[in-house]
Amino acid sequence: MEPFKSHHGLVAVINRANVDTDQIIPKQFLKRIERTGFGQFLFFDWRFDDQGHDRPEFELNQPENKNASILVAGRNFGSGSSREHAVWALADFGFRCVIAESYSDIFFNNCFKNGVLPIVLDADTIHQLMERKQNQPDFQLNVDLASQTISADDGLKIEFEIDPVMKQPLLEGLDDIGQTMKREEKITAYELAHKIIPVSQA
Amino acid sequence: MISQAPQTMFQKIWHQHLVHEEPGRQALIYIDLHLVHEVTSPQAFEGLRLANRSVRRPEFTVATPDHNVPTTDRLLPIADPISRQQVQTLRENCKEFGIKLYDLDSINQGIVHVIGPELGLTQPGMTIVCGDSHTSTHGAFGAFAFGIGTSEVEHVLATQTLPQSQPKTFEIRIDGELLPGVTSKDLILYIIGQISTSGGSGHVVEYSGEAIRNLTMEQRMTICNMSIEAGARAGLIAPDEITFDYLRGRAHAPEDFDAAIEKWRQLPTDEGAVFDKQLTFHAKDIAPQITWGTNPGQVTAVDACVPDPSDFTEEHEQQSAAAALEYMDLQPGTPMTEIMVDRVFIGSCTNSRIEDLRLAASLVKGKQVHERVNAMVVPGSGVVKRQAEQEGLDVIFREAGFDWREAGCSMCLGMNPDQLASGERCASTSNRNFEGRQGKGGRTHLVSPSMAAAAAIAGHFVDIRNLPTETS
Repeated sequence: MEPFKSHHGLVAVINRANVDTDQIIPKQFLKRIERTGFGQFLFFDWRFDDQGHDRPEFELNQPENKNASILVAGRNFGSGSSREHAVWALADFGFRCVIAESYSDIFFNNCFKNGVLPIVLDADTIHQLMERKQNQPDFQLNVDLASQTISADDGLKIEFEIDPVMKQPLLEGLDDIGQTMKREEKITAYELAHKIIPVSQA
Repeated sequence: MISQAPQTMFQKIWHQHLVHEEPGRQALIYIDLHLVHEVTSPQAFEGLRLANRSVRRPEFTVATPDHNVPTTDRLLPIADPISRQQVQTLRENCKEFGIKLYDLDSINQGIVHVIGPELGLTQPGMTIVCGDSHTSTHGAFGAFAFGIGTSEVEHVLATQTLPQSQPKTFEIRIDGELLPGVTSKDLILYIIGQISTSGGSGHVVEYSGEAIRNLTMEQRMTICNMSIEAGARAGLIAPDEITFDYLRGRAHAPEDFDAAIEKWRQLPTDEGAVFDKQLTFHAKDIAPQITWGTNPGQVTAVDACVPDPSDFTEEHEQQSAAAALEYMDLQPGTPMTEIMVDRVFIGSCTNSRIEDLRLAASLVKGKQVHERVNAMVVPGSGVVKRQAEQEGLDVIFREAGFDWREAGCSMCLGMNPDQLASGERCASTSNRNFEGRQGKGGRTHLVSPSMAAAAAIAGHFVDIRNLPTETS
């Protein structure tokens, strides 16, 4: 997995609460058996009309959000379905970081498996960031995971909280499965203690 | 034996499944049952192949195609080539990795959250995962069951474990008995309306109280199924005699059933155990529910009116309500019972079990689906379908004008051809009323099976409490 250490990028704002994964990646794009190429379908029904033309009113179609890599959104972002395709689509579209007041648990976990940093900030701070973007269309942020800070060139500095057990693997870009396999003897011991037939004999 | 501090049921299951803990890392927990379907697994199997890894415990892994499958003639090939490829990929992956597959030709094929309990695979005290958010359904048996992403599916396939942070606990108690005409679907919709779609975030919700104890297993599954709609990591209900009676004699029930029951009796939350959060509701306050908006928390009683965005206190709620009413094409102040419907869908992992079909059939028997309505029933599994046909329910539905289909997820999410057309309004027994969920531009109202059946006959929503009692 690609590690997340720090990132500098343009901010886009979707000021809506409860953005669900059905909106982030509609079901018709879940039939693919690959893990790549989902960016073109991100927010498909919000981005495009029935003829496939851009809907100009949708935030990500607006010129000041082109090539944004940091998404600021309302509360309960990523609610609903467990589809990891939602994070694959965001990442493939170019987003490395999401900033919201809260997330659904499964979406939040899925971000960490794909090198995307989901940052939680309080409602007031989110509101400030949204205002900044409104006043300054090319609003950019630096996100530094190690120091847990968000900053802008004009001196803005915001600290954020993150569970250290989630932070470290993301900083290092560790392969979860590889890490667990290093503890294989613990799994075997658990199975023995629970009278589960050893793998070698199963 | 040393005395221990009182524990909640969730804490017991968690501690029993700890494989390894070390500072600075998530705990590693063992997974007893891994359910697999065609949509969220192909990339996980591909990951195994690329890393030259195998499935550690194929015997704890069970697969079935459900999301993409047609609900019409099963003898025909799947028309959509991409859907067909995904189902075929599941077949090939199960064969290659030695996983039991209940395929389209099996009587046991069906929605993964219907067949797990039906086969007796789902048991109290287990940890159960699936690449599907509605895995919370299995919590009705007192199992810690939760949805995971595809990367986690791959992790479980490879190691039979998952790194997890321990969720908090949340007790929701419902005192008293549900009133006539009020189902467990209404109860869970009411709860979500009260605590919002993020009210359970970071928590495992244990449902307790008289109203819960009186529910059948199938009704309890409806409750736990929609825990995810309240944002919860999982839902739990303590196993009891109703649970044991449901499991006894099922294909995968434990051989020494009495010994299993003894073990399961130790699971319920100890007296004096403390939850991180607690709420109590009263069953008598709950009427049949209908959603009016585009998330399951935007819900109201059948005898209420469409709300005005200004009714809400918080700005984000007002914005959400205004956007939802625009999408749903509803005017504030309209009585819910005046809302006309074009389609009725009875099915999904929330409400497609035999009791749901019996309930719906009792309301349509001898009546006709309204001429403006296109209505369908999609049983949750081949076994549910067979049982319904043995009881003659299919005849009741067909004679009333319903389509009677093969098992699958169907129009809950419309990955197969069962979809709403743009602008169509549907009374649906499913779990999500998100924009476009049942078809682009489609408008979904979530209701119980009885409310859906009554709407099919009337052509609009009706307060089923006012219907003549001959049907109950």
